[in-house]
This record gives sequence, C-alpha cells and structure tokens, in this order.
Amino acid sequence: MTFPTKSLLSAPLSRRGWLAAAAGLCLGLSTFAPARAADDTIKIGILHSLSGTMAISETTLKDAMLMLIDEQNKKGGVLGKKLEAVVVDPASNWPLFAEKARELITKDKVSVVFGCWTSVSRKSVLPVFKELDSILFYPVQYEGEESERNVFYTGAAPNQQAIPAVDYLMNESGVERWVLAGTDYVYPRTTNKILEAYLKSKGVPAGDIMVNYTPFGFSDWQTEVSKIKTFGSAGKKTAVVSTINGDANVPFYKELGNQGIKATDIPVVAFSVGEEELAGLDTKPLVGHLAAWNYFESINTPANKAFIKAWHAFTKNPKRTTNDPMEAHYIGFNMWVKAVEKAKSFDPDKVIAALPGIKQANLTGGVSEMLPNHHITKPVFIGEIQADGQFNVVSPDDPKKARLVPGDAWSDYLPGSKDLESDWVKLKCGNYNKVTKKCGGQAS
Amino acid sequence: MKPFLLTGTLNRSATIFLAIVATAGVLLPALNLLTPDASALHVPTYLVSLFGKYVCYAILALSIDLIWGYCGILSLGHGAFFALGGYAMGMYLMRQIGTRGVYADPVLPDFMVFLNWKSLPWYWHGFDMFWFAALMVVLVPGLLAFCFGWLAFRSRVTGVYFSIITQAMTYALLLAFFRNDFGFGGNNGLTDFKDILGFNVQADGTRAALFAASCVALAASFLICRAVVDSKLGKVLVAIRDAESRTRFLGYRVESYKLFVFTLSACIAGVAGALYVPQVGIINPSEFAPANSIEAVIWVAVGGRGTLIGAALGAVVVNYAKTVFTSGPLAPYWLFLLGALFVLVTLLMPKGLLGTWHAWYGRRKPAPTAGATPSDETEFAGEIAKPHMAE
Amino acid sequence: MIPRLAVPLRVLSRALSLLAAIGLAAMIATATAARAGSFADAVALFAAGSFSDSADAVSQIETSGNPLALPIVNALHDGRLYADEASKTVVIKQPDGKVINAATGAPAAMPADAGVVRLNNKLRRRIAAALGSLTLLAADPETRIQAARAVYKSHDAAALPLVEAALRKETNAAAKNALGDARAAILLFKPDAAEADKLDAIATIGARGDQEALALLSSIPGNLSPAAAKSAQSAMQAIKSRLALWSMVQDAWYGLSLGSVLLLAAIGLAITFGVMGVINMAHGEMVMIGAYTTFVVQDIIRARYPAMFDYSLLIALPLAFLVAGLIGILIERSVIRFLYGRPLETLLATWGLSLILQQAVRTAFGPNNREVGNPSWMSGAFDLGHISITYNRLWILCFALATFAVLLAVLRFTRFGLEMRAVTQNRRMAAAMGIATSRVDALTFGLGSGIAGIAGVALSQIDNVSPNLGQSYIIDSFMVVVFGGVGNLWGTLVGAFSLGIANKFLEPFAGAVLGKIAILVLIILFIQKRPRGLFALKGRAVEA
Repeated sequence: MTFPTKSLLSAPLSRRGWLAAAAGLCLGLSTFAPARAADDTIKIGILHSLSGTMAISETTLKDAMLMLIDEQNKKGGVLGKKLEAVVVDPASNWPLFAEKARELITKDKVSVVFGCWTSVSRKSVLPVFKELDSILFYPVQYEGEESERNVFYTGAAPNQQAIPAVDYLMNESGVERWVLAGTDYVYPRTTNKILEAYLKSKGVPAGDIMVNYTPFGFSDWQTEVSKIKTFGSAGKKTAVVSTINGDANVPFYKELGNQGIKATDIPVVAFSVGEEELAGLDTKPLVGHLAAWNYFESINTPANKAFIKAWHAFTKNPKRTTNDPMEAHYIGFNMWVKAVEKAKSFDPDKVIAALPGIKQANLTGGVSEMLPNHHITKPVFIGEIQADGQFNVVSPDDPKKARLVPGDAWSDYLPGSKDLESDWVKLKCGNYNKVTKKCGGQAS
Repeated sequence: MKPFLLTGTLNRSATIFLAIVATAGVLLPALNLLTPDASALHVPTYLVSLFGKYVCYAILALSIDLIWGYCGILSLGHGAFFALGGYAMGMYLMRQIGTRGVYADPVLPDFMVFLNWKSLPWYWHGFDMFWFAALMVVLVPGLLAFCFGWLAFRSRVTGVYFSIITQAMTYALLLAFFRNDFGFGGNNGLTDFKDILGFNVQADGTRAALFAASCVALAASFLICRAVVDSKLGKVLVAIRDAESRTRFLGYRVESYKLFVFTLSACIAGVAGALYVPQVGIINPSEFAPANSIEAVIWVAVGGRGTLIGAALGAVVVNYAKTVFTSGPLAPYWLFLLGALFVLVTLLMPKGLLGTWHAWYGRRKPAPTAGATPSDETEFAGEIAKPHMAE
Repeated sequence: MIPRLAVPLRVLSRALSLLAAIGLAAMIATATAARAGSFADAVALFAAGSFSDSADAVSQIETSGNPLALPIVNALHDGRLYADEASKTVVIKQPDGKVINAATGAPAAMPADAGVVRLNNKLRRRIAAALGSLTLLAADPETRIQAARAVYKSHDAAALPLVEAALRKETNAAAKNALGDARAAILLFKPDAAEADKLDAIATIGARGDQEALALLSSIPGNLSPAAAKSAQSAMQAIKSRLALWSMVQDAWYGLSLGSVLLLAAIGLAITFGVMGVINMAHGEMVMIGAYTTFVVQDIIRARYPAMFDYSLLIALPLAFLVAGLIGILIERSVIRFLYGRPLETLLATWGLSLILQQAVRTAFGPNNREVGNPSWMSGAFDLGHISITYNRLWILCFALATFAVLLAVLRFTRFGLEMRAVTQNRRMAAAMGIATSRVDALTFGLGSGIAGIAGVALSQIDNVSPNLGQSYIIDSFMVVVFGGVGNLWGTLVGAFSLGIANKFLEPFAGAVLGKIAILVLIILFIQKRPRGLFALKGRAVEA
C-alpha cells in the first residue's frame, strides 16, 4: 500500500465531489425506505443467526419456521391472508440483533417475530420490542427471571427442565453427590443457583455439591473431566448436571467417552444437548447419559410422526433431526395463529391480549396452554442417549401421559425472586411483588 | 514526502468532511423530529440510531488510523478500549435504572440481585454521577493504554509482536468480562437502559440528540487527530512510522511519542464506545472479541490508511454494507459478499477507497504540484517485523 | 478401573454370545423341569415393561442356576431381548438372527408386537454385576478377570460364595488377584463379616492404591470396629498422598497433550506466517478443511466399506494434505502473490478469505457439527501407574511430534526445503541463482496450508467439526508462533509445549477461565522481556 499523498494534493473535493457525496447519501437512505407490504400478505419476522457461532443451532429454527409458514399458507393462510416470511441474519452479534429487530418491525412492518436463542440476544432485543410494541416468540429453554408483555416464552423455564431432571436422578438412581457443570453465562449460573438451593432443601450437604464453570467454546476438557472423576470417587453415587453450552459439548462428551466415564458410573444429565448436538458425535460411548427436554424426536405419537415426515420432506433430507426448540416454535406459531383468529386482528395489542389461555396440542400427546405469565405448560421427559443418536425416554414411563408442568417465570428457590409473580391478564404486571403488593420495574 | 504542502491542501478536504458531518448531524435529527411520519423526507428513528452507530464506528476508525496510519502502530486490540469506554457509560446507565429494575432494588443492578450479591462492588461506586462516568470513559481506556504502552514501547516491542500482544490483551479482557464473578453482568452484559441525564434513552428526541452528539464527537476527534498529525509531533510520528531506528538515532525519544499517541487514541476509542452504548442499547463482552478489533482495522484499510477521512469513510461503508447484506434475499450469502469485498479492495484498491478515488481523480487532472511523489514500499517496514528470515 | 470397562465389557459380551450359541443345545437338554416354572415366571417379568420388574427378573435369573440365564442377561445387555407385553412372551434374538424362546430355549417366532426390553442406568449396573457373577467360572481367564472386576464394582454379598469357590479353583495369577480384590470388596460391605476378614480386606483394597479403592474405602458402612476404622483411615491417607503426587504427573501429561494440540494448530502457521510473513487469518479455515476432509472420507467409508473404518484417518491424512494444500496454492496464486512485502494487506485479504471459506463450508455441509468418529485404536484409555492416558491424546501427541520432525526434515534435507530457505532468506539472490522464486512461494504456502489440513484430521478427533472450528484455534496459534519467535520452527515447538504445560498447571488452582487469562497476561509480560519471542532470530532481519 502506498501513501496517497500525490492524489490528495491534487484532489481538493470540488462541487462534483459534493454532488457525489450527496447522491451517495440519498442512495443510502433510499435503501432503508420502508417497504410497503402488499395488502393481502402478512409478514412474519424470523430473527435467527445464520452465520457466526450460533448459526449451528439457529439455522434449523429458521428452516422450521419457513416450513410452518409454508404449511399454514397451504391451509389458506390466516384470516384469509397469506403469510410471508422475512428472514434476516443477526450473525450471532448481539447489538445486530437489536438493529435487525428494529428493522423488521419498523421497515418490514412484521406482525410478529420468531427468534433469538441465547439469553443475551433476547435481552438485547427486549427494549426494542417494548418500545415498538411488537411480539416476540422465544423458543429456547432459558433461566427464567423474566416476564415481559411483548415476549412469549415457549421454551422451558428451569422448573420445567432442571428440577424434574434432578428429581429423577435422586429418586431413580439414588444420586447423592452432584457436579453442577456449566458454561459461565447467565443460564447455567441461574439454573445452578436454583438447583443448589433445591438440593440443599432436599438435605444434600454443601460438600456434596461441586459447581464448576468453564468458558464458551471450551475444548480442552482433560482436567475438568478428571476433576469430575475424582469428585465422583468419594463413595457416593455421583451425577453431573450439565448446563454446558453448544460448542463445548462435543469435546466434553468425547473426553468423557475416552476417559471411560460411563453412564452407569457417573451419569451426565444435560439441558442443552439434543438430537442436533448428538448428530455431531459418535454416541456409542455415551449410551445411558441423560438429557431432560420437553420433546424428543423418538416419542411416538401420530402428531410427531407427521411433523417429522413433513420436516424431512421440506428439507429434502431424510436424516435431518427434529429437536425441542423446533417443537417450541411449532407450538408458538400455532398459538399465534389461533390468537390472531380469536382476536380477528393482527394488531399486536389485540393478539397479546388474546394469547393467554390459548391451547395447542404439542407433538408429544399433550395439550399445552399459554399461561398469563406468557410461559406455557409443558411435559418433562428424561431421555437416555442411545447408540443411534436418539433418546430413549426413561421418565415418565408412558411419555404420552406425561403431566404438564406450568412454566414458572420467577423461581421459588432464589431469594430475589421468590416473592415475585407474573400475571399479564389480571395484574397486568410481569414482576408483581406479593409481599410489597407492588409491580416492580414501572416508572418510579 | 512534503508535509508542509500537505497541510494546506488537506485542510480543504478536511473542511468538506467537517461540513458533511455537520450537515448530517443537523439534518438527520431535524428530518426525524420535524417532519411528519408520512412525509417522503421523514427519517425513521431506527435510521437515526443506525447512523449513530456508524458514526461511533467512524470515531473508532479514526483512532486506529491515528496510530496505524501515522505512527505505524498496528493495534489488533483497539476494540478493548472502545468496549471499556462503553462499559463505563453502561455502568452509568445501569445506575440510572434505580428501582425500575425487575427486582426493584434501589442500588443493585438486576444481574447482581440474582447472583445474590449483597452490596455494590467498590468499582461500581461513583458511576451514578454522569461527570464521574464521563471521566472514566476517557480515563480507564487511557490508563490501560498508558500502562500497556509504557511496558511495550519501553521494551521496544514493535511490529507484529505488538499486534499480537494487543490481541492477547483484548482476548484476556474478553474472558474476564465473560466471567460473572467479575461483576459486569457476564455474557449478558449491561442492558435495558432507561435514562440518560434524565432523558428516556428510547425517546426520539434523545436518539436524535445522541446522534448529534456523536457527530460532534466525530468532528472533534477529527480535529484533534488533524491537529496532532499536522503539528511537529505529527511529523515525528510519521518519521517513526517510516524509519523508527533512524528517528531514534536522530535523538527523538521514540517511545514517548508512541506512548502519547497510543494513549490519546485509546481515549478517543473510549469516547466512541461511550456514545455507542446508549444508541445500540447493550454492551456485552463480545465487543472485546479479537475479531471485532480486526474488523475495525479492516474498515481503516478499506477506507484508506493514513487518511483520516478515509478511515471514517471506511467504517461507514463497511458497516453499511453489512447492514444491507444481512437482510433480504442476500442474508444467507452475506459473508461471501463481505469477504469478497475485503479481498477485492486489497487486490484492486490497495490504497483504500479514498486513495483510489484520489488516484483516479488525480489521473484525470494533471498534478498541480511537482515533487510530491508517493513514498515507496519501505514505509510499512516499521509496522510489521520483516517476516523473511533475512534480507 | 473405570476407564478399562468400556472395551472389556464389549469383549466379554461378544465372547459370551459365542459361548451361548455353541453350548445352547446342551444347555437346553440339561434344563430341569422342576425349575422351569419359577424361571419362566422370572423371565416373564421382562414383559411387564417397567425397569424395576426387569431388575427383579435379572436378580432372579442370576441366582436361578438355569443355563439359559447367561444367554438371557447377555441378550438383555446387547439389546437383543424382546418382550411382548400382551402375551408375556420373551424371546432372544441370537446374533445369527435366529429367535428362541427365553424361558425354554426352544426355537420360536418373533411375536408381532414385541419390543426390545428397555434399559436404564440402574438396570445396566445390575446387568454388569449379574454378568460378573455368571461368568466367574468361564473358561477364558480374561473373561474371568473381567467378571471379577464387575463383582468388585458391585460388591454384592450374594456373590461371595461364588467368588470364594472361584478363588479356590483359580490358577491364573492375574485372575486370582482380581478375585481376591472382589472378595475383599464384598467383605468390606458385608455387615457380619469377621473382624480379621475386614482388616485383611482393608489391607487388600488399600494396596490397590487407586481412585476406586479410595472410593470403596470411604464408603464403607459405619459399623466398623475402632481398629478397622483406624486402618481404613490410614489406608485412605496413604492412597491420598500417593494420588496427590500422581496428580502432578497427570497435570504434566495433560499439559503435554494440550501442547501437542497447540503445536499441531500452530505448525502450519509457523510456515505461512513465521517463514513467509503472511499474516494468514485463513489458517484456521485450512485446519477446518482438513477436518471436513476427514468427515467426507469417513462418510464414504461408512456407507461403502464399513470394515475399513479403522483406516479412515490414514486415508484422510494425505487427502487432507492435498485438499488444504491445493486450496492454499490456489489462494497464494490468486491473491497473496500480489501482496508480498505488504503483510498487512495479507491480513485484510486472508480475513476476507476466511469469511468466504467459512461460509462456503457452511453452505456445502450445513451449519451443524458433523460426526467424525474415533477409530477403535484411538478409543479408550489405558493406565500408566495411577494416571489414565487416553489413546487419542497419545496418538495426537505422537502425530504432532512426527509432523514436526517430517517438516524439519523436509526443510533441512530436501531440495525444495533448500530452495525455500534460500528464497525466504534472500529472494533476489535466490532468483539470481536460478530458483523459480514464485513457484517456491506457492509451494511453501501450499505446504503450510497442507500441514494445517493434516492438523485438522487430528483435531477432528477431539473437537467439533463445524464451520467455526478454525476460529477457535486462530488466536492460540498466533500466540504460540509469536511466543516461540517468528520464523523459528523450534520456537513454535517449545512455545506450544510450554504454554500447554503452564496452562494445565494453572488450571487446577485458578480454574479454566482465570488460568487462560493468566497465560495471556504472562505472554504479554514475556514479550516485554523478550520482544522477539523465545527464540529470536539474529542478524539483519531483526531490525527491519
């Protein structure tokens, strides 16, 4: 690269330069001009990362949404209007999530947005949805401690995943010693805090709980796994509760397999490992390790079979797996359709008012309901990893008769939130304090 | 190179640049606030925030160009100073939330409440006052840059070694800020801001004001950088860039010059970060990611290294391209486009956009002054270790 | 030891199925009618569908003495035991595909609605223990040792007479040893065992001195006599202090292993960046391409020639080298050759290339992780003293060193190496001597990229194979090269291993995150001390 001294000397910006600059600016602005939607289509925003670190999980959800919208259009759309998907790529970049959300709502005028995976992406778009008063369906299990008017949480709250899993290990396998291993971010932190409090309330001494955090994308698990091994050889039945996130899981399980930690010795129960993650692993050494979800591809119901079949046809790939967040989108999307039909309007305020109380059959044989706290009721399944990369449901005995657990936004096991309650129907408040009888978070 | 000739003519394009910034700073907010929504001239609020973001990136690019373009110091960790400034502002904004957080704790931010913290950590004190936070915006990045630079320049760490350790610095900070125990909200960072100086951050008026403030900051940073590079100090910096050892043998204290300009640059980056945070509404450790810092360097290269205007232009162009590419039918392929942009700019426009523009413009008009020849390739020798084993 | 269990159980069950097939006819003949009733009831429990019924069934069958017991438990373990809930029929599907009735051993047809009897971890543990006691008297000594180990783990008091009987008959020293341990373990947990027996047992277990022994000793039920409790305490103390020492060795091994990973990731960069001066941001993507080549090779092998799976990596190695190397040459010819002498432009262009390559792989293979399996010779672990060494880490260490040695040899002893050194040291002089410098440039870049590619083959064994793979190694790779000293291969070697070992010794104290931060800070401070890395080049190149 040479230094443009000569050219700078000879090139004072003239009137022509000014004109060019102005033209450029106008051109730039014009591409942002709101696209006017055709009157007979309703736009639906899809806000999932298609590149960057989260693409690995989120791309599938984009495809699932496209399929759901496609199927709805084949059924004649909603209220006589066709649906149109608007796909953007927030590129696993959190500020970009906020920017794209704003763009979807203001420029593309979408009626509803389905999106986000990580908690931070949700936190990043929250103010945008509040300010512009739109609707977000969030499909991923998360740490709870949140309930917003504009957000509908179709993934599991901690009481719909973590606590039932621990109960299972305690009762079925007689586990007495616990390793709470997680990636160092808010979901594992909160979940582990809740679990620690819960275990202590069940009489587990502090010495029998080991909490351990590792960074994102951690790949050298030798020391950590051997620590778990040592902790597990204190003579009591030990289990690992893993909130290890995405990318770090594959090397973690590979190391477990190689160091010979079998599920019969120290079972690992994971909350972020589903069919998708297992697809990248040789699961033979992992048979018997567990995962807790609200949906498993292997659950044999007519609805699920039809869904899987449609998915394979839509993606033209008979091997594509389905997973829990996809089912959450399935439930959320259908609930939204029903709410629009009930409200006879696409207006966000009316749809938000119509959503609580909407019931939608889930894929595992139950009927989920949108609760006043904007969370839904879900069944909880514990599955064991099988050699074919699928899960074998070990609890409840008959998956089709699983009890539905209502999602709890505010955990009863955290000192800060045990007095809080969320009810957008009667109280019109996401964080009502039962002791002070006040709704927090409002203008002081 | 004939610096004295440079000054006179460059002042002219500088004026034009400042005029554009000023026009944008007045026009955009005015069109946003004063025209009705339906008007063809109306600028929607999200565009104001979006351009505000670009302007902040432009300030960051200026700060990088100041050290890289004029002093040959390539920092691959400048995002760290940007993020630190952002965090300082974010902490102020967090303290402003007060009882409006979800747990309604008057002092502690929400994330501390659910991590069960009982009291505010010592380093969060004072951030409820704007003047203190504003001071920290400049002071914290400046201090870090000073300490870091003092160590590095004194022991004559140069070239690629310096670049890599700046990357190590930002990477270490990234890991540290990811830790929830560190007390900055971990991966979620700081978000859900309510007020700035008593105004609602989400109100159109505040956004417009923030945009205008960013434009003012851009103009001010530009003037500061301009003043530095036009002064005698600036000449020494260029001398260091082109032949560090020779400058040292001429009796200049090279490390003091480098340290000054590096610290100044970090302060400017901190200001950029502080303005960035209220406009995008979140500050999170991923701003420390080494990839972000590399990208910022690329903006400068795309715009034209060693031309302050080019750096600002590059930041806006690349980010604008990113905004356009990540929506619509191109969304799944935008990385191809961005990648191709970087490769093509390097191959076809080695002087960056501005340099190429000038070269093209200059060919059409005979050069008015003789004697100003482009410097040769050796100018870059100082900034990267000569990679070949011997020459 | 825990880690050894993976392979042996598989071996065990394979051996057992064979046994079962051969001896089946004889067994059926000797099955007594008297026992058939209760045995059939026990077998029918498998059809009840719940895990606890299945566990009961295993316990009853284990002690039934029926010759079908072993085939049934074995089939259950392998997932070949089918049950029909409605008709309460339980059948075994033999490895050869034939179906027999589990209760009688008579040939049968597969019931229409039969499903595999489901397992959970509790049941799996029960099965392992049952298989242990059922095979204590097997003909093969290795099977007997495994059986004894299984009993040792389960320390089920019911197996004591069996163990003692086996111990009396045993002639194989290793098997005798294992049986002795099993007996001691049972006695430890037997509440009514004699005091002397308990003391003996504590001594026996204590002598094992490993993690598992410690676990066993610390979980002895509380009714110990003071003397026994005291000796258990001191045995535990002894084990603990010995293990503390061993943990140092373990950390060192982990450090070596991490170092080898760093070395592999960095060694290609040591060529493209260290020797050629290209700030090669697309280096990580070359590693990724190597990993994806491995995936493609394994995919084809899985589909067409499953028997060759163990050789998949050997096939992938040269292919990965070629694929990554050719892409490297392509990049060099089309982009980088225009940028020599302007290293920062190479940063910009290769960053753009890395984005393109990432997205290309994402488009071609999808954004998800791809499964790359470990061949059998890279699975599992073995014990060296009291540390367990996993085969895949060991092979990667060997492989990293071998790659390094070969690369060094190529540079030192081949004509290409000579030309490469000549060109990088003095391009003009080399050209004057008749070396085609641009060809050498292309080949050098190809070599660096190819080596990154074969690193990808190795890293696919321990990490995600996803489009993000390269990104996670690029920073570490640059750190290693710069720490070791740019342009010096030995520096890269020493740098990689010292960073790896330092990291692993810090990790137990500081935790994974702080450990890593500490390493980064150390690198920053170290560069202050030695501004040109560990092995600085001397000569005119230094002051550029």
